[in-house]
Amino acid sequence: MLLVLLVTSFIVFGMMYLAPGSPLAFVLGPRGGTPEQVAAVTAQYHFDDPFFVRYFRWLGDIFQGNLGSSIVYRQDVTALMSGRIGTTAALVSLSAVLIAVVGVGSGMLAALKSRWVDTIISTIAAIGLSTPVFVIGVALISVFAVGLGWFPTFGVGSGGLDTLVHLILPAIALAVASAAYLARITKAAVNEERTREHVQTAKVRGLAPGVIVRRHVLRNALIPITTVMGLTVATLIAGAVVVENVFALDGLGSLLVRAILQRDFAVVQAVILVLVVAFVVVNAVVDFLYTVIDPRIALGSRQ
Amino acid sequence: MSEALLALDNVRAVLHTRHQSQALLNGVSFSIAKGEALGLVGESGSGKSLTTRAITRMLDPAFEVSGSITFDGAPVLSMTPSELRSYRSMDIGMIFQDPRAHVNPVHTVGDFLTEELVRNRGLTRDEVEHRAVALLDEVGVRYPERRLTQYPHELSGGMLQRVMIASVLLAEPRLILADEPTTALDVTAQSDVMAILDEQRRARGLSLLFITHDLELAAACCDRLAVMYAGEIVEQGAHVYESPGHPYTIELLGARPSIDERLDRLPVLRYNRDIHEQLKAEA
Amino acid sequence: MTISMEKTVKTPAVAARQPGFLQKGYERLGLAGSAAALVLLFVSLSAAFAPLLAPYDPDFPDLLAALSGPTAEHPLGTDALGRDILSRLMWGARVTLAGPGLVILLSTVVGTVLALVAAWCGGRVDTVISWVLDILFAVPGIVFALISVAIWGPSLFTVVAGLAVAYIPYVARVVRGAGLRERNLPYVSAAWLQGQSGAGITFTQILPNVQGIVIAQAISSLGFAVIDLAAVSFLGLGVQPPTADLGLMVKSGFDSVLRGHPAEAIAAGVLIILIVWCVTVIGDRLTTAARSMR
Repeated sequence: MLLVLLVTSFIVFGMMYLAPGSPLAFVLGPRGGTPEQVAAVTAQYHFDDPFFVRYFRWLGDIFQGNLGSSIVYRQDVTALMSGRIGTTAALVSLSAVLIAVVGVGSGMLAALKSRWVDTIISTIAAIGLSTPVFVIGVALISVFAVGLGWFPTFGVGSGGLDTLVHLILPAIALAVASAAYLARITKAAVNEERTREHVQTAKVRGLAPGVIVRRHVLRNALIPITTVMGLTVATLIAGAVVVENVFALDGLGSLLVRAILQRDFAVVQAVILVLVVAFVVVNAVVDFLYTVIDPRIALGSRQ
Repeated sequence: MSEALLALDNVRAVLHTRHQSQALLNGVSFSIAKGEALGLVGESGSGKSLTTRAITRMLDPAFEVSGSITFDGAPVLSMTPSELRSYRSMDIGMIFQDPRAHVNPVHTVGDFLTEELVRNRGLTRDEVEHRAVALLDEVGVRYPERRLTQYPHELSGGMLQRVMIASVLLAEPRLILADEPTTALDVTAQSDVMAILDEQRRARGLSLLFITHDLELAAACCDRLAVMYAGEIVEQGAHVYESPGHPYTIELLGARPSIDERLDRLPVLRYNRDIHEQLKAEA
Repeated sequence: MTISMEKTVKTPAVAARQPGFLQKGYERLGLAGSAAALVLLFVSLSAAFAPLLAPYDPDFPDLLAALSGPTAEHPLGTDALGRDILSRLMWGARVTLAGPGLVILLSTVVGTVLALVAAWCGGRVDTVISWVLDILFAVPGIVFALISVAIWGPSLFTVVAGLAVAYIPYVARVVRGAGLRERNLPYVSAAWLQGQSGAGITFTQILPNVQGIVIAQAISSLGFAVIDLAAVSFLGLGVQPPTADLGLMVKSGFDSVLRGHPAEAIAAGVLIILIVWCVTVIGDRLTTAARSMR
């Protein structure tokens, strides 16, 4: 886990050396820069030191919360991000809740109800899985915001309930593909668990069908479902980059895209680092959840 | 002999697939009296396990079952879902071949043991745990209190099968169905588990349907034997082991290698479906 | 002799039935898969022959006919600059298919080689390769594309390069698993005993036996690559205008939607969904077929 962080931070740091031209010119971008900026950037990346010393000092700065400053916004990167990180986090969390509820719910319905329900849900899931998040975003805006006028088109609103209303469409757009995937996995897991021998035992002991489904089928199916849910949340963080652009939400994703286009390198590095940290944290949480859900796995022994 | 607790009369199970129908149980009839142990013996594929599945109504819906199965006078095949649940819960107890696969790995041993009584009979968990500990002790599980909080993967196969036996005894059924209960265990555990099952059954006066391919073992712990071949019972009675009458049983008994002499080749059964059909035609 | 048992057993069965190429394909793909394959073939051919088939020059702006909606001259209407949407779809599908195709080709070749080397060598080599794959796997593909764009600037090729790296572990994981399984089968020991080299066995014996899985995984990944590449183009970081690309068309169509003209966004969006759906269905069927052959 920590290793992944170290490696990615190294790649993110090494990025500017892979680019054509000198690193100093690359970081400053096509605008060149005032002498003060040149001095600031040199200090930030420790250009006067040998390569590895540079890297570790840069890393040390980051641990102290110093992510450098943006050339375009002339502002501290930390301050620039702290205002936006909440939007992205809210979007991803709302979306994750939707995915868990709709994905697991419809997957269970598909597995446990009639063939007919299964066919409908599987078809919708197949279409949902094939639809890129930006296409869904555009479609949702066209129908519900522009066409019907039920929801606001752009922006994050003015906090509280208003923000929630503003985030509903983006969260749905972000959730569709993952919910479809989770529904598939849930259906497969439930169907597989149902054929297990221990379910026969429960049945032959005369337990009620509801108890069997809850305690012996769904409870066991949670193990593969959690795996996929964890992977899904990680991809949501990447999907948020796209959704924020479709709905003009001022989050980390739109900041990243703008920074790439404007060659605001300190911001690009910082946002990518934050995203990767988020992936790693999510993966760690999933690993922990495993040990809670599956007693056969002890902490740190996942194969 | 007292009246029959379980009686099967001409039970047939026909598997319908898209292309063909095949009778896998072909007129099985036998009965088990109260307190009696019947050994059902046969090679794999002869229909022993299907018979237990028919008795517990656990056969796949693709099977069409006919004939009659009665438990203490009640027709099993026509039970409503709620009658079926109470029959499975109160009247019969089933011990499977592979305890590892048949106990849910994500719940503790305590959950497994108490689940049925707590949910179906409204007892409190404490009450059931108390009885479970006593029973685990009786079936030879050491440190029974500690076992309750352990997970199935922390127990050996032999231990887990004892837990399975305890779970069945806990429900106080009248008939135990044991489907090759020792086959999946290692040799030392086999005899222990079998001895415990036999001892507990006798002490409580329970009936037993013991399914095995081991004629000798069945003869040792059962009052009567029934020999199955190709979905039919070819011979049954109290003295099948000592004086077999059917050619298949004779050959089956003759096929056991003796411990006293060394053989160059192990004996092979020559009895097959053709001979079987021919014998039936002659009879 | 060196060829696996499997082959000697299989040959007569195949010879007896003599199924044609089409029949074999149908057996593996099933009804839905075959339908998807036909649709995909149709889309690919129209894209490939776009220069011949497209009714208009995709870049020719007819400002007088801008946002015309479906008419006799323009069956799918025109975009905000008066360019024919049907022609742009055909041209756009070329980029939308070729870019991800290149991504998958590169990542499959590199991933397969890495995975087979890991599976064959085992030990420390396997540990290091698996470790690298795990790290690549932990980060979503689109982030790699963005990193690549941040370094080399927005263009189709930088995105393809980034995604190609990102997609390596998907193929490699599956192939490594299959390779490890194959490695322990008797035919490999037989070849080893006959004095064949490790590399020789890996590529002449193991590779042909895992190729079904490789192809199935490659096609399944292709669907995700189409989505990722289109998304990056939609963000304005991939294919640059005026080149026709389906992701870009959704983007420019989006602006027209807000003005009440949904034709371009709908056409491009539906075509992307159709392509991805076909690819996914084919990938699913091939995966099932490859698994059931084990």
